[in-house]
Amino acid sequence: MAANAPALTFFALFLPFVASVLAPFLTRLLGDRAAFILALAPALAFAHFCTFLPEIAAGEVVTGGYAWAPSFNLSFSWFLDGLSLTFALLITGIGTLIVVYSGGYMKGHPDIGRFMAFILAFMGAMLGLVVSDSFLMLFVYWELTSITSFLLIGFDHEREAARRAALQALVVTGGGGLCLLAGLVFLWNITGVTQLSLLVHLGDGLRQSPFYLATLLLVLAGAFTKSAQFPFHFWLPNAMEAPTPVSAYLHSATMVKAGVYLLMRLNPVMGDTPAWVILLPFFGGITLIAGTFLAVRQTDLKLMLAYTTMASLGLLTMLTGFGSAHAVEAAVLYLVAHSLFKGALFMVAGTVDHEAGTRDVTRLGGLRAAMPVTFGAALLAALSMGGLPLFFGFLAKEEIYAALAAGNPRAVFFTGLAVIGNALMFATAFAVALKPFLGPHVGTPKHAHEGPMTLWLGPVVLSVIGLAAAVFSGVAHRYISSPMASAITDEKIVIDISTVPHLGLPLLLSVITVLLGALAFWRLTDLRAFMVRAVESLGPGPDRGFDHVVSGLVRFSGVVTRLVQPGRLEIYITATFILLAVTLLVPPFVFGELPAMPAWPEELLVQEAAFFAIAVIGLIAVLRAKDRLTAIVSLGIQGFAVAVIFLLFGAPDLSFTQFMVETLSVVILALVMTRLRLTPRDHRPLRQSLFDGLVAVACGLGFTLLLLKSTQAPFDAVLTDFFNAYSKTVAHGANVVNVIIVDFRGTDTLGEIAVVMVTALAVLALIRVRAGRRAGSGEGQ
Amino acid sequence: MNTLILRTVAPFLTALMLLFSVFVLLRGHNEPGGGFIGGLIAASALAIYGIAFGVPSVRRAIRFHPMAIAGFGLLLATLSGALSIVFGVPFMTGLWVYPVVFDVELPLSTVMSFDIGVYLVVVGAITSIALALEQEPGSDVEGEG
Repeated sequence: MAANAPALTFFALFLPFVASVLAPFLTRLLGDRAAFILALAPALAFAHFCTFLPEIAAGEVVTGGYAWAPSFNLSFSWFLDGLSLTFALLITGIGTLIVVYSGGYMKGHPDIGRFMAFILAFMGAMLGLVVSDSFLMLFVYWELTSITSFLLIGFDHEREAARRAALQALVVTGGGGLCLLAGLVFLWNITGVTQLSLLVHLGDGLRQSPFYLATLLLVLAGAFTKSAQFPFHFWLPNAMEAPTPVSAYLHSATMVKAGVYLLMRLNPVMGDTPAWVILLPFFGGITLIAGTFLAVRQTDLKLMLAYTTMASLGLLTMLTGFGSAHAVEAAVLYLVAHSLFKGALFMVAGTVDHEAGTRDVTRLGGLRAAMPVTFGAALLAALSMGGLPLFFGFLAKEEIYAALAAGNPRAVFFTGLAVIGNALMFATAFAVALKPFLGPHVGTPKHAHEGPMTLWLGPVVLSVIGLAAAVFSGVAHRYISSPMASAITDEKIVIDISTVPHLGLPLLLSVITVLLGALAFWRLTDLRAFMVRAVESLGPGPDRGFDHVVSGLVRFSGVVTRLVQPGRLEIYITATFILLAVTLLVPPFVFGELPAMPAWPEELLVQEAAFFAIAVIGLIAVLRAKDRLTAIVSLGIQGFAVAVIFLLFGAPDLSFTQFMVETLSVVILALVMTRLRLTPRDHRPLRQSLFDGLVAVACGLGFTLLLLKSTQAPFDAVLTDFFNAYSKTVAHGANVVNVIIVDFRGTDTLGEIAVVMVTALAVLALIRVRAGRRAGSGEGQ
Repeated sequence: MNTLILRTVAPFLTALMLLFSVFVLLRGHNEPGGGFIGGLIAASALAIYGIAFGVPSVRRAIRFHPMAIAGFGLLLATLSGALSIVFGVPFMTGLWVYPVVFDVELPLSTVMSFDIGVYLVVVGAITSIALALEQEPGSDVEGEG
């Protein structure tokens, strides 16, 4: 067993991906019933992770993995402690229920196979994220959750709102992920390790590093975008465009908690600094209050839940950064409780929507008789969310108040925030759980009745666990809460809070919260109207800002493209040659590297002088040519003269090639000229001609200086000697030039001929495009 | 350009130039020459033939699309380099054999087949550009003027 454990864990980590690949085939064969088979994947993984519970509860950690690129310290390795195990169990456990629920919710949908594939792929990514030990693996899985989330939000891709929401979520969370990558590279550079398990004991060095603040800000950018903290919160409510199982799973129970996970994971190494204990509670607190205020405003069940999720994530961030063991305990309890009750409530909202045809809370009522089981589950989950005794949410809230309620002003401030936030969440919870079910029956678009077992199983199981975990709090603390809190604080913590209320300040605060919440619930309609007005008076939010940024970016890139790609050949050529002249001319003058004036040769042979003269005549002919064909041929004169000069100075191969190149370029240029509808005369105004001439002279001067300089430097004959010595003996060839081309530097030549070939293909394509365009518009000309 | 003189001379000129290009290619290892120059000469030969008899004649004469010839050349050059893998020596190491045919020792090598590959790429690439430029309809009328 022990020998096989790593292999089994590896298998469990990849099981969701395997199921994801199989999902389209299974759903084609079995329809929605395939969900039961697919749910086995997370269920088996859940069972496997459960076997680690005793070990982790005993305070051990489980590691394993495989080396990938050992020279770079990269590995595929996992690391299970109380924190990651709790997350793994939540992901696989809730995942099992979600897959079953999706089978019922998406029943009859033509793309159910695609949906199942996406959601299982997300599950694999999320599972990998929380167990990752190596930084790179963490980052890859982190971005993979963003991408699968993009696919799931945009699942209904024919609606524009869904596409926009998907893109928005991807830009925000993916961009945050890139910041995280930079943060991880900082961590790696500061500490020299690439594994989270090794990082734990290097916290002191990290906190004293001058780059600590930069690292922290980058990591926070990743965590805050992922966990929808203010001001990056706007993508989360928009993500409600996704089908409800996705909202329940990704956008409340798991993915959005990845940011919180990261903060908890880094708490022992980066926490307890002024920046940490200021930034986290500050942004968390704002998110909490903003989330609850925005939640109360909504009438859509899913949006109400989405904003309370945002508020809860704010509360978790606030607690994680508060900087006391009590606060960490509270965060742990609240995180688990939240995953249970919020997952259940989202599924309830989905069931109501599915069965009644609307999720607008003002158009729902009196469903308790039609949907008794769903109502029961909703009620249990709402009681937990409201933090009433006997439920896990109560434990969490007690612990929150116990942690916050210290004597200093900072604590008083955050306690106030928590009370207001919790009271409004209480009101929202009961609005979601009670409003659709109680009161007089309201006619709904569909005739409502209880959903099938697949639709109520998930909410019932989750809400009952929320009750059971509180009743048997000893077991829950021993296996889940205490190991997790210990992992976050890196010291042994035993949580022993139970459902039996203790008299004291926390209980008093709880009572105040409940009373305030009940008041808010009673006057919900007024409160909602007030919030709608209040939010409107604030003006457009960051959601609108996102649109402005995106459209601004598009405009900006349009301007830049038009600037650097005007599409006129003259501009490209002018720019290229100006740059060339600057590159060639500026360094010799700046660094004083001008070549010495060459000496005039003592005796100039007649034939040499003649060919120089021919070259010059060719150039003059080019300049004086009346039409372009003459110019091309005249350029050929100069080229042939240069080729002869090469020959005279003992470079037959070079001269040979120069002859052929000159011939062919005259032929090809002439052919091009016959095809292009260019006016035969040069119509440039004088100013333009002068400017172009200046550029040409500058380039020529630059090249002359470069060549003079390089011939004046002492010639290093090592290579020449080497090639001369070995050309015959090693490569069996007397022509050194050719031996270099095909043997000594053969790989270069291979690359060059590949370039020749690709260029020819490109030219061919260009000719065809042009010919096609002309054929299309030929009649008019 | 379509004159009687050119049309009479072009076949001989083309044949001679092609022969010369192969000669230049093969002598390249010891005398001035080689695949690049040989390929350029062959491409000029085909260009002359094209000017005299028109593009379709050239296409018929070379049978394959010039781009296919270039592609084959690139493949041949790559394989010549990759053959060394079979013998466990680094990529692009020249391999030589000296078979005796009719009492003449022939030095054959992967270096030579590599050079032939270079030759074919150059011929194919340049010919395909030249033919495409010469051929397309609409431009010919204009080109004559």
